[in-house]
Amino acid sequence: MAYGTLIEILFYLFLIMIAFGAWQAVTSQVLMRAVMGLAMAMFGVAGLYLYLNSPFLALMQILIYVGAVCIMIVFGIMVGYTPKELAAYAIEPRNTVVSLVASLLTLGVVYLGLYRAQWVPAPGAGQGDFSLSTLGLSLMNRYGLAFELISVVLLIAIIGVVAITWNGKRRGLNK
Amino acid sequence: MPPELLRMIITAVLVVAFVFLNAMILGYMERKISAHIQRRPGLMEVGPHGVLQLIVDGLKLIGKQLVVPEGSSPFLFRLAPLLSFAPCVLPFVVIPFSRKLQAVSMDVGLIYILAMTSINVVAVLVAGWASNNKYSLFGTFRSVAQAVSYEIPMLLSLLAVIMMTSSFSLEGIIEAQKYYWFILIQPVAFIIYFVSGLAETNRAPFDLPEAESELTAGFHTEYSGMGFSFFFLAEYANMFTVCSIATILFLGGWKGIPLPFYDYSGIIWFLLKVYGLLFVMIWARWTYPRVRFDQLMTFCWKYLIPFSMANLLITAIMVKII
Repeated sequence: MAYGTLIEILFYLFLIMIAFGAWQAVTSQVLMRAVMGLAMAMFGVAGLYLYLNSPFLALMQILIYVGAVCIMIVFGIMVGYTPKELAAYAIEPRNTVVSLVASLLTLGVVYLGLYRAQWVPAPGAGQGDFSLSTLGLSLMNRYGLAFELISVVLLIAIIGVVAITWNGKRRGLNK
Repeated sequence: MPPELLRMIITAVLVVAFVFLNAMILGYMERKISAHIQRRPGLMEVGPHGVLQLIVDGLKLIGKQLVVPEGSSPFLFRLAPLLSFAPCVLPFVVIPFSRKLQAVSMDVGLIYILAMTSINVVAVLVAGWASNNKYSLFGTFRSVAQAVSYEIPMLLSLLAVIMMTSSFSLEGIIEAQKYYWFILIQPVAFIIYFVSGLAETNRAPFDLPEAESELTAGFHTEYSGMGFSFFFLAEYANMFTVCSIATILFLGGWKGIPLPFYDYSGIIWFLLKVYGLLFVMIWARWTYPRVRFDQLMTFCWKYLIPFSMANLLITAIMVKII
């Protein structure tokens, strides 16, 4: 069998993994299943990085998202709430509306950005040197601003988490 | 059949065989060493000095039924041992046993090993949660908290070596130790790494996740038969991986006194060093009592992490100066 076909099959396998995992992560009422779905989707994304011939990114994806982030999610919520509380909280109709609005808004913003963008090859790309040291140097020099802006996203996430947990406390969810 | 595919199959068979063999050797070592430390003979019945005992144990485990407890989540319960076992086998593919004995040479070999070992936490989590047993769940909580905390000093201590060699490739790091082993200039990193390694593999004195006197057996309480033996194999494979990283990064890997056919016979030095470290791990288990949970966390966050940070900073300054 030609390797090309095998790789194509793997590519579609990764896509199915991502789609199924994401579906499981969103729809499952049981926290553990949702997180396992998320882990599966992350594995799929790591597979896509491998498909794009970037083993470093793929391994980082596994190390950070599967090994750390998923675990932190389970840990954070497991310590905080019992599964029943969580399930009861999650199926309030008001939350469905809020989450629908939020996800549609995000989709709109992302789609708008993608639609309007003028796609040009990144300067310096395509010359064939994709080694780790080049990647690191360009992240620290040429794309320094973008690199720092990503950490602002993390800051926003932390503030968001604090805001959500404070609201929860005030409404007496922690009882 | 294309030669590449044949190579892959041979590698897979050899690696899995080695994982089983390693578990048998370590299981025998552990029981024999513990016995001699406690001044008793230990295994004596099956074979000379009980060397065949582990084969018999293995057969017994294969023959046993895997009982799925009531109220558990059957799919996740059955998935967990596989999820624990599979990633533990994968690191063996990139470990350079000697100059030529390495299945796949990877630029990012070290990160590959670390990424694969980090999946084990997920398996523990699934196992403990799916068992529907409070001992399992407590063991899981402890194990995950411990693994997540001790991963930080572990990675920081490895980063010091990576800074010096500016390479993630395992062969590159061994080649960089041409004149001296890195344990001579990075003793602090080695100690921090080894202690974190003990904690990562849930070995005594950090074996709170499976503290027998409190939690029966921790996260694998409900597992029997092959389900249990997969966790058992994974634990020993993990110990081997941790010790082989220590050997590669700090003890010069397969380097030693040159032997005939050195490209292949370096494996003798490599295995001697790894099993030496494994002996220390087993020795520590029967020497130190189990720590309390607050002591465990204090030791990690207040001592190991600051020291590894300081070590990293000093290394960075030295690398810049020299």
